[in-house]
Amino acid sequence: MSGGVDSSVAAALLAEQGHDVIGLSMQLYDQREGQASFGSCCTIDDLHDARRVAAAIDIPHYILNFERQFDEQVVSNFVSEYAAGRTPLPCAHCNSDLKFATLVERARGFGADAVATGHYARVERDAARGRYRLKRGADPSKDQSYFLFSLTQEQLARAVFPVGDRPKDAVREYARAHRLPVADKPDSQEICFIPNDDYAAFVTRRVPEAERAGVIVDERGRVLGRHEGIHRYTVGQRKGLGLSAPAPLYVLALKPAEQQVVVGPKVALERTSLTASGVNWIVERPDGPLRVQAQIRHRHRAAPATVRALEADHAEAVFDEPQMAITPGQAVVFYDGEVVVGGGWID
Amino acid sequence: MRVYFDYNATTPLSPQAAEAVAAATRDLFGNASSVHYFGQQAKAAIDDARSAVASLIGADPSEVVFTSGGTESDNFAIRGAADALEPGGRRHLVASAIEHEAILNTLKALARRGWRTTLVPVDQSGIVSPGRLREAMAADTAIVSVMHANNEIGTIQPIAALAAVAHEYGALMHTDAVQSAGKIGVDVRALGVDLLSLSAHKFNGPKGAGALWIKRGTRMQPILTGGKHERNRRAGTENVPAIVGLGVASRLAAEKMDAEAVRVGALRDRLEAEILARVPGCAVNGEPGVRVPNTTNISFDHVEAESLLIALDLEAIAVSTGSACSSGTLEPSHVLRAMGLPSHRTQNSLRFSLGMFSTGAEVDRVVEVLPRLVEKLRNLTRRACR
Repeated sequence: MSGGVDSSVAAALLAEQGHDVIGLSMQLYDQREGQASFGSCCTIDDLHDARRVAAAIDIPHYILNFERQFDEQVVSNFVSEYAAGRTPLPCAHCNSDLKFATLVERARGFGADAVATGHYARVERDAARGRYRLKRGADPSKDQSYFLFSLTQEQLARAVFPVGDRPKDAVREYARAHRLPVADKPDSQEICFIPNDDYAAFVTRRVPEAERAGVIVDERGRVLGRHEGIHRYTVGQRKGLGLSAPAPLYVLALKPAEQQVVVGPKVALERTSLTASGVNWIVERPDGPLRVQAQIRHRHRAAPATVRALEADHAEAVFDEPQMAITPGQAVVFYDGEVVVGGGWID
Repeated sequence: MRVYFDYNATTPLSPQAAEAVAAATRDLFGNASSVHYFGQQAKAAIDDARSAVASLIGADPSEVVFTSGGTESDNFAIRGAADALEPGGRRHLVASAIEHEAILNTLKALARRGWRTTLVPVDQSGIVSPGRLREAMAADTAIVSVMHANNEIGTIQPIAALAAVAHEYGALMHTDAVQSAGKIGVDVRALGVDLLSLSAHKFNGPKGAGALWIKRGTRMQPILTGGKHERNRRAGTENVPAIVGLGVASRLAAEKMDAEAVRVGALRDRLEAEILARVPGCAVNGEPGVRVPNTTNISFDHVEAESLLIALDLEAIAVSTGSACSSGTLEPSHVLRAMGLPSHRTQNSLRFSLGMFSTGAEVDRVVEVLPRLVEKLRNLTRRACR
């Protein structure tokens, strides 16, 4: 229970259905430092909101201190990815490595059979194959299955998403109708532990040596300008380059070894293929090429592609049409309609 | 049955205190500063409570100042004495490393105003030695503050010997007796202190009332300024019902203390012995021979105290880890850390604290449930490590 409306309604729905519900919230970073050093989500106020909701629906509520685990599983990875010129996706790591790992393990210690969250996604059991399927949430504008692609069968077996089959409006309406104290709380937007959405400053604080100046070059290696650390850039970025050019320039690639930011025209951002690592196939690894819709970032319309499993946990996807700004470090998630086939980390 | 073994956090009201608080809330609404009948009724009730508190700690009633509780008493002791002694050139404060946050954070606040502060370390027994205190003293030490009994592990500190050291340097001696008053004999003259804090809700009185005992002649500045309440030492209209409750709790504690110490001590000892016998890989923290009779603090190897605490609560057993921060989450105990325990033992300790309504059946229930939960949590941890 984050103190937001989605997990609050998730808890309320389960309690209403007669389940024996325990409310758990995760304290993810040291609250005493205040909001100066961390973002706006999961603050003391949010934990307090979660407690109020738990009281309103009459379930026990506990706050678990996961500061160390969050730092090890999520924040460290986030920082090292940026320092390596990649654009990380911490929410996916938080789901697979914290919520559906450490939190589930703790919950089992309390006698829980499953862990429910406020994610907009759906889990279904394929009785014939005895496997669990992950599907997009019913509300396409709120779907969060992209952040859940790395859940294993064992994790899906213990995952419950009570709001996944509802539109967001209905979730808010439920919260209002049941007088949950967070019914009108705004949705959280940015990465929860980054204050003011200034991830570059956060990375610099954690890894001062990431602040290594370098040059901005075009595709042919000509120097166009200077920069103060590649962690300040992300593929596809246009604003804030500090360059003047006749046509808009975009970040095409980040080269950590050379400390170079490569820029070029928009058309140069287009790619038709990608490879991914750490690939998780939800139900089964495909033997041959598979027609899918592949989604390369949270706000991307999944595009038709052919995906092929490679050796170990790698995969290759070839799109029917070129895609803009395929960004290393983000996830590529393969869908068959609403069903998540699998996904991995873009190389 | 819901088991409550968290008396060091707070205690249920005794029926006598509950009745007295209710009656005072209903009947004694007058402002104790008022001249008329209603004021006099309230004033008389406060003075009666003052006598009861004084009697509990071997003091004169005129030396007892009512406060809102232990935290205010501790703040008053340190800040009030510091303000009074600063013009004389004293700029140094000493406390033990195992004090309650009410002391530790007050020292930090004064450090931001330019005071030097020194924390006296403890050894693995959880006891502050006079020798270590002597090393911390300076010519301009204003106040030494060492708690009488520790809230987390229950160890009783050698206050009289520590006070003698403080006085050698011309410093005041304060003791936070919040965890000892009402549980064991507390005599301000025998302890040799100048200032002593206590709190009603730790010995079956209500929340919102406590006292600071200020030895006659001790120079203090008030920290709450306003009207001439409490002989100009603590402004603010008195919380008459809570103060009345504190008085009743003090009388009851004085009357029953010896018998209760034996009864509760036997329950605690049995609880401790049975846990040690039935749960492999656990150990008692703090010197067992010098503790208040109601407290035991036990570390369980390979278990996160946080998980065990919650699992116990879900089995209707209320205990605690040493300290809980304001958000309600758990942090490694600063007390166990100060004792030099390895980090795994500072994160896996539970405090069981018993009291007035504790029974043998409650002990039986804990002894029955706890080994099973520890085993279950250890199995989950082992699986996760693989």
